[in-house]
Amino acid sequence: MPDVMTLRALVAQHGAGAREISTRDHSLTLADFATRSAFGASRGRFAGRNVILAVGDMAKAAAALIDLDGLARRILLCPPGFDADKIASAAALVEADALAYDEEAAPPLSLDVMLPVRLPLAPRQDDDAPTLATEWVLPTSGTSGPPKLAVHNLQTLVGAITPAPLQQWATFYDIRRYGGLQIFLRALSGQGSLRLASPEEPIEHFLDRLGGLGITHISGTPTHWRKALLSGAAGRISPPYVRLSGEIADDGVLAGLAAAYPQARIEHAYASTEAGVVFTVADGRAGFPADWLERAGAVEMKLVEGALRVRSPRRALRLLGADAPALTDAEGFVDTGDMIELRDGRCHFIGRRNGIINVGGAKVHPEEVEAALNSLAMVRAARVFAKPSPITGALVAAEVVLRDPAMAGRALEREIIAAARRQLPAHMTPASVRFVSDLPMTDAGKLKRHG
Amino acid sequence: MSIRDLVLQEIRNVAAEQDKSLPPLTDELALLESGLDSLCFAILVSRLEDATGSDPFSSAKASEFPHTVGELIAFYEPIHA
Repeated sequence: MPDVMTLRALVAQHGAGAREISTRDHSLTLADFATRSAFGASRGRFAGRNVILAVGDMAKAAAALIDLDGLARRILLCPPGFDADKIASAAALVEADALAYDEEAAPPLSLDVMLPVRLPLAPRQDDDAPTLATEWVLPTSGTSGPPKLAVHNLQTLVGAITPAPLQQWATFYDIRRYGGLQIFLRALSGQGSLRLASPEEPIEHFLDRLGGLGITHISGTPTHWRKALLSGAAGRISPPYVRLSGEIADDGVLAGLAAAYPQARIEHAYASTEAGVVFTVADGRAGFPADWLERAGAVEMKLVEGALRVRSPRRALRLLGADAPALTDAEGFVDTGDMIELRDGRCHFIGRRNGIINVGGAKVHPEEVEAALNSLAMVRAARVFAKPSPITGALVAAEVVLRDPAMAGRALEREIIAAARRQLPAHMTPASVRFVSDLPMTDAGKLKRHG
Repeated sequence: MSIRDLVLQEIRNVAAEQDKSLPPLTDELALLESGLDSLCFAILVSRLEDATGSDPFSSAKASEFPHTVGELIAFYEPIHA
């Protein structure tokens, strides 16, 4: 039987060299983990524990993950915005008996072992604790209700990662959510460094900081990328590889990136906390080839009532909690809730099953309307939502960020509605368009939806 | 702009956007015969709400809903009066 893989072993295996994980405020040298720890000499106290990891800075989260994987029985990785109430309810489900916290903002918990995560790393002692296949518990970024807790381990998390030559990574993502965690694990599985944003760091400052660091690989959501393109700072970097995931990559954002980074390979990936990394599309077009639905291999897909289901060894092991719904159907497929439409031999994501706007009985996916608006030359980003109507129940309304804000006005509003109408049926065409300077983003880097 | 002119202008705007051709807009014209469908009406009501700050439909009973162009204009007139 092979040894249990651990993050610490992964780091050691690829030669530590001058590799770093850095935010604006902290920097970790990976070679230091051979002899040091973010918990110093106390690291061993987490052996066999169910640990809540709740810190503000991503470099601290990275250090604690390297320290705890293989040592703790279970890690609850709290994403930003995971407040004290959510931590308290999740603590019961993970049967938490330990806490790794930020000295600046400790959650109000009383557990057997409570230690701050401290940087820089301090000398640790060798411990003889057995190596465990640590469970990583990831809250899903679902939009409503209490978060579901998906259980992974390092094996399921790195399943989609293949060894690669030197890659210098950066990401707009937070590494405490599935999308960012993938980039963190990619960086640790490779031979380069990883650059991360600090909390509240504006995107243009982050891009400025990345400018001198020789970034070769960078990832973010389409919302992150639209912001980056709008910031005027996208040109500070010239990465050979650009990756999008976490939301629908429409033709508008793909074209924007192709124009900003003409030399780059631009890929969009499809993944979720529950289903894992499903596929990566490299042909520069939105959606994915329809024949992939029939493709044999480790990851299988099928459509059920228009929604994508995925069977994959990289999926979460289970959802935590006695009342948790089953993760898969009887055949082992995860229902992603992402709706697919077939057009021209290609599968296009058209939105979430539960995000539908009902216009007088006709169903509208906001994402599909957003894709049409984003394809217009004058539009940089769009958000579509339901506006209540006494006649049809709801109407489609849109907020639009313009490439050139000076053009805002009633005439352009009409022009956008007319252009949308040429691409969309009447009930999907926005009844109103409002110009805004910015669109709100969730902690997960996705467009924040109304309601 | 008077409420009458606003209502008539928005009817024409919505019809143009939705590729509907309108008969001459007289006060007697029945809304059902105007060529506007329920989606067009929903959009019209939404635009008039944006323009006037009021939506008389949401507070009215269905039995009180206007049936002609003239009644529709009258429906909005108290708002600006």
